[in-house]
Amino acid sequence: MKLTLRDFSQKGDLAAPAQASRAVAPRDSRPTIVVGLGTCGIAAGGQEVYDAVVAELKKRGLDADLVSVGCIGMCEQEVLVDVVLKGAPRVTYARVTPDMVARIIDDHVVGGKPVQEWIAGTIADEFAPYRDVAFYQKQKRIVLRNCGIIDPGRIEEYLDRDGYRGLAKVLSAMKPAEVIDEVKKSGLRGRGGAGFSTGQKWEFAAKAAGDKKFIICNADEGDPGAFMDRSVLEGDPHAVIEGMAIGAYAIGADEGYIYCRAEYPLAIKRLNMAIAQATERGLLGRDILGRGFNFELHVKEGAGAFVCGEETALMASIEGERGMPRSRPPFPANRGLWGRPTNINNVETWANVPQIVLNGSSWYAAIGTEKSKGTKVFALTGRIKNTGLAEVPMGITLREIIYDVGGGIKDDKEFKAVQIGGPSGGCIPAKLMDTPVDYESLAATGAIMGSGGLVVVDETTCMVDFNKFFLNFTQSESCGKCTPCREGTKRMYEIVTRITEGQGTMEDLEKLEELAQMVKETSLCGLGQTAPNPVLTTLRYFRDEYIAHIVDKRCPAHVCKALIKFRIDPDKCKACLICKRSCPQQAISGDKKVVHLIDQAKCTQCGTCEQVCPFGAVIRE
Amino acid sequence: MPEKEVHENGPVFDPTPLEAILEKSRGAKGALIPILQQTQDAYGYLPRPAVARIAKFLKVPESKVYGVATFYAQFHLHPRGRNIVRVCLGTACHVRGGEAILGAVADELKVSPGETTPDLRFTLERVACLGACGLSPAMMVNDTTYGRLTKKRVAEVLKKYQ
Repeated sequence: MKLTLRDFSQKGDLAAPAQASRAVAPRDSRPTIVVGLGTCGIAAGGQEVYDAVVAELKKRGLDADLVSVGCIGMCEQEVLVDVVLKGAPRVTYARVTPDMVARIIDDHVVGGKPVQEWIAGTIADEFAPYRDVAFYQKQKRIVLRNCGIIDPGRIEEYLDRDGYRGLAKVLSAMKPAEVIDEVKKSGLRGRGGAGFSTGQKWEFAAKAAGDKKFIICNADEGDPGAFMDRSVLEGDPHAVIEGMAIGAYAIGADEGYIYCRAEYPLAIKRLNMAIAQATERGLLGRDILGRGFNFELHVKEGAGAFVCGEETALMASIEGERGMPRSRPPFPANRGLWGRPTNINNVETWANVPQIVLNGSSWYAAIGTEKSKGTKVFALTGRIKNTGLAEVPMGITLREIIYDVGGGIKDDKEFKAVQIGGPSGGCIPAKLMDTPVDYESLAATGAIMGSGGLVVVDETTCMVDFNKFFLNFTQSESCGKCTPCREGTKRMYEIVTRITEGQGTMEDLEKLEELAQMVKETSLCGLGQTAPNPVLTTLRYFRDEYIAHIVDKRCPAHVCKALIKFRIDPDKCKACLICKRSCPQQAISGDKKVVHLIDQAKCTQCGTCEQVCPFGAVIRE
Repeated sequence: MPEKEVHENGPVFDPTPLEAILEKSRGAKGALIPILQQTQDAYGYLPRPAVARIAKFLKVPESKVYGVATFYAQFHLHPRGRNIVRVCLGTACHVRGGEAILGAVADELKVSPGETTPDLRFTLERVACLGACGLSPAMMVNDTTYGRLTKKRVAEVLKKYQ
């Protein structure tokens, strides 16, 4: 059934801020059981848990409302199962396996007594979940407000939480120019990494001459170590769709594309489902809400090329061409998709828009710092205790993110650096952890805000090897169109590889620095312009590690294979033969009750002995 | 072009599925990549005769279709396994032992990354990031993602696929 403006205005004044109830309650008279089935949840075995819930309910002849939701952010704790009973907060169980399901149902769903020892947290207020969990205490959820809370497959749940109210508001009472002005005043900047003013970008496209205009959502989240956009698309696809519809109205577009990478099959499925539901309700398509506004939305699946995250390459890919960037100007706002004025923003940017429209620019501008407004979603990964997805207000320090939200370093190792912004970003050392998270402060360190990947590394990561990892990525993803990026990234990769093999010279460091600077300044697109950032920041903050590889032929983190030796500590060796049997090179001698010894001439530093030794007797040096 | 033709290493080429895909795509804008994606879904790879037929259908040179097909990592010009194993080597997996998982899969399947087992049961690939960083090290078999992998779990997962 198609919705009309009245359906929205009946629920309250459209000009007033958000109306949705924040209270937690079962959806009907039955108890609600929620299973986290985002990609993370499924990867941890969520489907098996879901099936177990179905089977256990059936066994007991129980009727419950079984809901699957997207990612709430606690990836470390997956599989997550929530139980909602009338009059009680929503209780979340962590690391649930199929054999735990029976007890959760018996004790909690039937008996009303939660299984205390498995509880990870509780939600009393849906817009501020888990006040009892440290991971959430410094978070502010605007983009992620529905993720993990609502069933992304049911449009009603999005509608119940002020969904499409922002769209109804602009269509009923705002001129396109007023919408742009509101977004401009909010201070929202592009969340894809570059941080350009979203309102300004819209204004360019709105002012561009042309009767046909396009709007695009960049969901080609290619940075290794980043999954913010995936979670939003899987957990709350309607927020992105609504944001795009508002943007289309503002710039005068009637057609849009969501370009999503093919590695996210679940996100694509949920988007297509959401678009079909929104179209059915008259929230997409022709004459939306009876206001004469038309907007048609398509999903385009990427085909596996990192460079397609660059806007001109992305458009070439939608057109069915090789995804190669072109020089700008002309900018997409004037000549974009099929030569028409086009506005591109990324997933997180779009998901902010409905909330800004609904609550007003001054509400949004009150969050964050002077130049960086609102919140930023980060994917916390690597050697950190609480890996997961966190949305924090701009201006929070890296230290707060890593220690207060992330819980500090895994296994209590020594914290070394945080890599922010993926292959385009940089490594910020431990001593700069009080840097506030805003576009300008991060740029001053040599890194960038980037799209939100935040990888924590400790003493066991070699910064030279880490840099090599990123260079290998960028050199293989370089599209090859411009020489500085095609040749430069490859040569930098070769130099760094040489250093990790103990073949580097001090002259290499100068060459590397010069080359990095050159690639940064002269590459055609963002890929090449930012690819040197990991090189430049590691040289700036961890030059001593490079020098150790070159001069002392030593890898301080004991990672680079050519520069390490495995040795068996005779005091710890119990002569159990396990390593000897596992060694693929037969490089280990010894016998029962005879302490084992590694023949360095035969050893290939594969590390198998270290992995299999039950006594930690194999040491790297 | 003959009705059916034998492709090197490949089965006999049956044009029926391709013709259905082309028919559906008639008149669509920017159709080349979606056509290639659907063709690959139907055949498991892009057979040589299909590339020629697509070029003719879209009225573009075969070299252009080839150019697009080889630009994107997703497209393959040779037959692939029934199951595609993609081991993640993204940043988070790199930091948490993704290489060792790749090694374990390679040992288990006795192929190197990029290769297909002789019985066409598996193709092994490396991937830059699956976005399952919170559960690293991770891998994906077909459309299912597996996280928190260990060597032992790798063997268990692979057993499920025939």
